[in-house]
Amino acid sequence: MPSLSTTYGRGAATNFQEDLQYSDCILIMGSNMAEAHPIGFRFPMKARERGAKLIHVDPHFSRTSACATSYVPIRAGTDIAFLGGIIHQVLEQDRWFKEYVLAYTNATTIIDDRYVDSEDNGGIFSGFDQGEKAYNLGTANWQYAGEEAPPRTNTPPGIKAESWSETLGAVDPHKIRRDPSLQHPNCVLNILRRHFARYTPETAASICGCSEQQLLEVAEEMMANSGRERTASIVYAVGWTQHSTGVQIIRSAAILQLLLGNTGRPGGGIMAMRGHASIQGSTDIPTLYNLLPGYIPQPAKARDHATLGDFLDQERVDHGYWSNLPKFMVSLLKAWFGEAATAENEFGFSWIPKITEDHSQLATFSRMAEGKVKGLFLMGQNPAVGAPNSRLNRSALCRLDWLVVRDLFLIESATFWKDGPDRPDPATVGTEVFFLPCAGGAEKAGSLTNTQRLLQWHEKAVDPPGEARSDLHFVWNLGRRMKDLYAGSAAPRDQGLLSLTWDYGQDGLERLPDGTISRLADEPDAEKVIKEINGYTVADGKPIHGFDVLKDDGSTACGCWIYSGVYPEEGRNRANERYADPKAHVNPEWGWAWPANRRMMYNRASADPEGKPWSERKKYIWWDQEQAKWVGLDVPDFEATKPPGYRPGPDSTGMDSIAGDSPFILKPDGKGWLFAPAGTKDGPLPTHYEPVESPVRNALYPQQANPSVQIEQSALNPIAASGDPEYPIVATNYRLTEHYLSGPMSRFDSWLNELQPAMFVELSPQLAAERGIEHGDWLVVTSARGSIEGRAMVTPRLRPLQIQGQVVHQIGIPIHFGYSGEVTGSSVNELTSTTSDPNVSMHEAKVFTCQVRKGRLSYPSDVPSEPVAPRAQSERMAGTDTAAQPEGRTA
Amino acid sequence: MAARDTTPKRSLFWRLGNSRQPFSPNSIAKHSRLRGATAVNGVCPYCAVGCGQQVWIKEGKILDIEGDTRSPISEGHLCPKGANTFQMTINPHRQTGVLYRAPYSDRWESRSLEWATERIAKRVKETRDATFVERDQDDDPVNNTTAIAHLGGATMDNEENYLIKKLFNTLGMVAIENQARI
Repeated sequence: MPSLSTTYGRGAATNFQEDLQYSDCILIMGSNMAEAHPIGFRFPMKARERGAKLIHVDPHFSRTSACATSYVPIRAGTDIAFLGGIIHQVLEQDRWFKEYVLAYTNATTIIDDRYVDSEDNGGIFSGFDQGEKAYNLGTANWQYAGEEAPPRTNTPPGIKAESWSETLGAVDPHKIRRDPSLQHPNCVLNILRRHFARYTPETAASICGCSEQQLLEVAEEMMANSGRERTASIVYAVGWTQHSTGVQIIRSAAILQLLLGNTGRPGGGIMAMRGHASIQGSTDIPTLYNLLPGYIPQPAKARDHATLGDFLDQERVDHGYWSNLPKFMVSLLKAWFGEAATAENEFGFSWIPKITEDHSQLATFSRMAEGKVKGLFLMGQNPAVGAPNSRLNRSALCRLDWLVVRDLFLIESATFWKDGPDRPDPATVGTEVFFLPCAGGAEKAGSLTNTQRLLQWHEKAVDPPGEARSDLHFVWNLGRRMKDLYAGSAAPRDQGLLSLTWDYGQDGLERLPDGTISRLADEPDAEKVIKEINGYTVADGKPIHGFDVLKDDGSTACGCWIYSGVYPEEGRNRANERYADPKAHVNPEWGWAWPANRRMMYNRASADPEGKPWSERKKYIWWDQEQAKWVGLDVPDFEATKPPGYRPGPDSTGMDSIAGDSPFILKPDGKGWLFAPAGTKDGPLPTHYEPVESPVRNALYPQQANPSVQIEQSALNPIAASGDPEYPIVATNYRLTEHYLSGPMSRFDSWLNELQPAMFVELSPQLAAERGIEHGDWLVVTSARGSIEGRAMVTPRLRPLQIQGQVVHQIGIPIHFGYSGEVTGSSVNELTSTTSDPNVSMHEAKVFTCQVRKGRLSYPSDVPSEPVAPRAQSERMAGTDTAAQPEGRTA
Repeated sequence: MAARDTTPKRSLFWRLGNSRQPFSPNSIAKHSRLRGATAVNGVCPYCAVGCGQQVWIKEGKILDIEGDTRSPISEGHLCPKGANTFQMTINPHRQTGVLYRAPYSDRWESRSLEWATERIAKRVKETRDATFVERDQDDDPVNNTTAIAHLGGATMDNEENYLIKKLFNTLGMVAIENQARI
């Protein structure tokens, strides 16, 4: 989430879901919260009951729209134009929150005068290299005036910029030039004014397909509900991220929330509604190629990372919290390599592999399709139908030497060699496939990090059936075998593995909560892992209470510094603490949130520059003069005793560089970044580009689509040209309440299948009439990549839009179907493309162009591959009366 | 352990409100199947809202999986998917044995977990040894292999992701990815 980290400092939702009920206006965009996150949606509904405005802007009318006070339909992929239209109104009407913006953002900062805005250059910012199709940040001049160009070394396009030296730039707070009078033409607020000057209601509305009035009403609600007394919040989900401009859409929202003074305040902020139980956790402790735990960059060949010293020189920043990087990095190496990590061998730094190219999922599958990847572990993902351009993915799986699939069910990615729309001939597929059954959540212990950074522990209730085992067991066990296989090796390349601390076995027999003894021997203990993640002092192995005690001399070990504090003392797992008062605003004893159990980030901004609450109504954290510390409802996201009047000295470094009125402590200047001098790969400000596939021209710039988007060049990945008459219809896709992702956790379940039994495609009555399609008919949707079929759901939930004088139809496709399970149907990913956004390699699944006709494919997509399950039978429960036997589960 | 014992006192008179109420032995026998069961802390495995669940178990079996009324996020509610967690767990479609498909074969074969893990470890070693790069063409130290990849993690526990990153990275694997990007 570089959009949020670029703007505020950390890539995570700024608030927590419960806080939404204290909002005065909630804008839900890029999310169908009522259907995709129904229980989280309780809080917007509570806010609405208290009188808040609830606005839904979305191409598709859904239950979220039905519950909203106002709904605006827009064309998929035009969110920056819509949000730009609101920002235009905020600046034009001078309704921005003056005290907040002047004190807490970089609005007054002066930008290098060589900077050229996209407004003055046909939609492209200064620094664009046409050959590389990427911005060269070294010559882009996006930096603050008087400062050096951001990166000390520049990574090539494709490798992601989570390097702190790049994302934070070379900002030196002592050199910043500011103009509090806002007269300087190149101060950020004036650049913003010019940048958004042409995002007028007429222009924005004509791009989005809504009316000027609708846009102005949303802008008015947001502005009227912001300020000292009121706050507005924004909720988004993958409807914003899965675009070639996804990061910049979220940047637009973040800029708006800074201008309106809604960040770090109760009822404000940006709530990112994430889609998987621990998708935040899997970024914090990343199974991602470009990061080490706690957002430490993975060492890279392209940067000067030959030694630990080089790495720290490159990546450390002098000002703000990231100045502590050496402590986090050395403690991580100590956690991994234990006694073998010494100052002499750079704590084992050389055993961490360096990234040499773009190793993201889409790029890896492209390499796999060329036969360059030999082995793959698939643990909880289903690329055969669940990832963009699934035909390309299946062809890639066929090129592997070996594949390990771990899942509860025989998913499409395990049976790709015999099933599927390509009708593969197994005799031509040389992949050796291992299917290992895995444990469900109730059959293993561990922590999940939810959408609000909250770690919640789930306990193991029962043993998994048969040979099903947890992924923890699999990885631990594999690690032990790998160590055995390499035992005795003297090769330098094997020493990291042989030194790896790997002592996670259960002490003694494992007792289950109902008092029985586990039948499984030789299981790992997840609490030992979370203790290592939390960190401990090396000398005595005692857990540490937080990351503030970490050292860079090897005396502390810590697997993920931002999680430090979750296991503060032996036997105390705060993720498994469950004390809550449902009436309380903040429940610090329910689970544990990173960082340091702060539930709302940047909450210093809930007080004015002097440390007083902006208003009694929106009180949250404030400075208590008598106690000389920050107090309030939450853990302050600020140094607890740094007074509001503190000003850094001329030579200060680290946290001492952050003034007492600067709430964004991970930024070297402590300010929220309206203008991003570094951190995004496609511009310091959001700009409206058309999606890669669009039926219309970009109304604002000659530049049609995001100039730095990456498109896989492959015969399996053709792209329709803009305005291609063969594909005139805009398609988007979404979740249903009753199914999950590509279906592994829902299409094998009769309870859910009964509720949502078949694949369908939503289209408007007008489009259906044009194509002669009746409600319930079969129809075929074709994109440049392939065709799918489904039943027609003819509904006014989708409507034709007027775009720049032409009618544009949109259709909507649920994402959940595939060829395994009790219910089967076409997968939308037969249609989507391998197109990545330049910042995070996110594909553009949420918008592409297509054609629709009545009829069926030449082979059916809905043949059930599994018979519907009989009702689950369980044995008679002993010691329980007949009347109390589980209903329907006894013969 | 936050397990709860719900066994009530065996008595012919139960307190109801302020008064003791008589029940026939028959009525008392028709007790809830939760009597004697244990509630275990769970978290919904589906989306990222993080609803609390209670997994009710008795004699090593799951009776049901319900919403946790104590959770400030969900206050006992579950959506259709969350309410389906029981069926996802106790499900006849679940594979409980290891399956193996040999290259170019048209069928699955049953194998033991032990056999499969051993063979996977050997294949990892074989591929790693054949493709590991200590120094690349520019003589830069990279210590990696790009021929083995990992995918998945956003539905898994933090502890599992931690061991994946730790082990696979140390083996030299760099293409470690999950849905967070997708």
